Amino acid sequence: MATAAQSVSIVGMIAGLIGVMALVAVNALFLIWMERKVAAHMQLRPGPMEVGWHGALQTIADALKLLGKELITPRDVDRPVYLAAPIVIFLPVLVSFLVIPFSQNLIIRDMHVGVLLILSFAALTVLAILMAGWASNNKYAVFGAIRSVAQNVAYEIPLLITLMSIILMVGSFRLTDIVAAQNRVWFILVQPVAFILYIICATAETNRAPFDLPEAESELVAGFHTEYSGMRFALFFLAEYTNMFIVAALATIFFLGGWRGPFLPGVVWFLLKVYAIIFLIMWFRWTFPRVRFDQLITLSWKILIPLSLANLIITAFVLKLV
Amino acid sequence: MLERGLEEKYYILNLGPQHPSTHGVLRVELQMEGEFIVKADPDIGYGHRGHEHMAENRTYLQFLPNLGRVDYLHALAYNQCYCMAVEKLLELKVPERAEFIRVITCELNRIASHLLWIGAYLLDLGAFTPFLYCFDDRENILDLLDRVTGSRLTYCYYRFGGVPRDVDDDFLAGCKAFARRLRSRYRDYENLVNKNVIFLERTKGIGIITPEQCVKYGLTGPMLRGSGIPYDIRKCEPYSVYPLFDFEIPVGSTGDVYDRYMVRYREMEQSLRIIEQAVDRIPAGPIMAEKVPKRIKPAPGEVYVAVEAARGEFGIYLVSQGETAPYRLKLRVPSFGNLSILPEIAVDTLVADLVAILGSIDVVVPEIDR
Repeated sequence: MATAAQSVSIVGMIAGLIGVMALVAVNALFLIWMERKVAAHMQLRPGPMEVGWHGALQTIADALKLLGKELITPRDVDRPVYLAAPIVIFLPVLVSFLVIPFSQNLIIRDMHVGVLLILSFAALTVLAILMAGWASNNKYAVFGAIRSVAQNVAYEIPLLITLMSIILMVGSFRLTDIVAAQNRVWFILVQPVAFILYIICATAETNRAPFDLPEAESELVAGFHTEYSGMRFALFFLAEYTNMFIVAALATIFFLGGWRGPFLPGVVWFLLKVYAIIFLIMWFRWTFPRVRFDQLITLSWKILIPLSLANLIITAFVLKLV
Repeated sequence: MLERGLEEKYYILNLGPQHPSTHGVLRVELQMEGEFIVKADPDIGYGHRGHEHMAENRTYLQFLPNLGRVDYLHALAYNQCYCMAVEKLLELKVPERAEFIRVITCELNRIASHLLWIGAYLLDLGAFTPFLYCFDDRENILDLLDRVTGSRLTYCYYRFGGVPRDVDDDFLAGCKAFARRLRSRYRDYENLVNKNVIFLERTKGIGIITPEQCVKYGLTGPMLRGSGIPYDIRKCEPYSVYPLFDFEIPVGSTGDVYDRYMVRYREMEQSLRIIEQAVDRIPAGPIMAEKVPKRIKPAPGEVYVAVEAARGEFGIYLVSQGETAPYRLKLRVPSFGNLSILPEIAVDTLVADLVAILGSIDVVVPEIDR
């Protein structure tokens, strides 16, 4: 009996993993196309139009091209680390999907520490970036890596504190509980400051403009992935877009009521909200210039962290009083 | 990695010659301590083509197309300067209509150059979208100039004694339409860029140049005016028909990167004013001087002629010994002088600031290398 239940759950897990892989791939393909289209329309141009309907298959063609590219390994790189970095950056991304509730029942593992799992694995991304930058034997890459570490450390703190104020209200780390707690009102209305703080931190966490300093093109050429080509580069790219999906999914779960919404099925609502958040993040990128590195760190330590702490304390007070 | 006189705690970072923000083949050797720059040393000459020597080996007219390739962004000012120099040697009088056409096209070209600079500069600062906005506007100028000059970038339109092709009413109406269009876009630029908090943070107080430093390094153009010195050759030593027009010289106050940006931004409006006045008042008449010799063979002598190009004072020193080719031609290019201040103002800045400063100098590297 126990073995049967176990084998069922193993089958479920495998099915889930395959589903996650498919989702990651399709999501990245869609997001890259979406980014190009969003950018294009903000810049008064049509964007990709040739391959498929409005260029919908353009990313697939690009991915195929990247697959066919030669994998260049420059001289004097730290080979094992250099080769491992693209894989290391991709693994935590996959793990995070295990606990994301796409709808009431569509969740691979409903862990009671879901939030912690996602955030702790997200922190691994920094390690991969550091590995890539350090192993590349390129000064620009090291710059990118160092910036990335400083930036991620600086922005993980306000991110966590901000999420803590929600967790304090719900009293659970379980993502489904957090969604369930929003059955009357979305937390974006209860905690608007937290939402704004979260979006800023999330943009910085995913290294997106205006906080894209680890790969600031005009300063560091391509930052930590300067020396990567072909599919290795594509893996970094894939990880970046999947990370965007994850932070947007967290925003949806914490602030926008997760899968909740009238008429349409839960999954549809969930994805709609996620892509709305992603659109917001893209909008930032195509509107703002890049901040300077010291300004970025100052923003986090002097403004965001005190603000998020104040928000947490006020939340605690209010909860105690009510 | 250690080089002469380099202490161990510093390291060298090569910015360029292939780097997204050096705008051409410029290499800046940086001595760095962490992300701070201890010393910046521009290394030029990667694109040296020997324009000055070429001039000595071909006829006066054959050298004209080269000018469009010295500074490819404000080619018409360079055309104009060279034509003025040769005309001065030949003692030719250019008809007024031709002068008006020169002013209109040259100012259009200046706006195109500034638009491209604004776009590329914001690209350096990490903002992608304004680049496309600027190029969209610049496209209109290129279309207009394409119709009269026949080319879109490396113009070779003026001739000794005038211009070879007259402008029509459509072109003049197009200039007016363009002025209306660009003015309608100011609001976009101001909301998207000039009032943007991040943009202000990145540009205010960065790369400050004092008026004394400007004079010391021979800076010209927007670099000089950004520091508050209202020196513009169109006003100070007027040439062509510029004295007929009413326009101002925008100047900055603190001499930082932001001031240089604003000087260029506001210069576009002044150029529009010149164009509109010129279009309204353009006289009828010939476009070529009478009695232009078939073989250009000026009497022995030497001239120096300077014009206000988009980047600053562009001057030509021309020596004739009565041959069909110049004896010596010296190009005084603004970017060379402007870049020379980089080592002084780049010290103790971050890499990101260096990119902002280098961008604000508005170098055109082929012009430096010549």
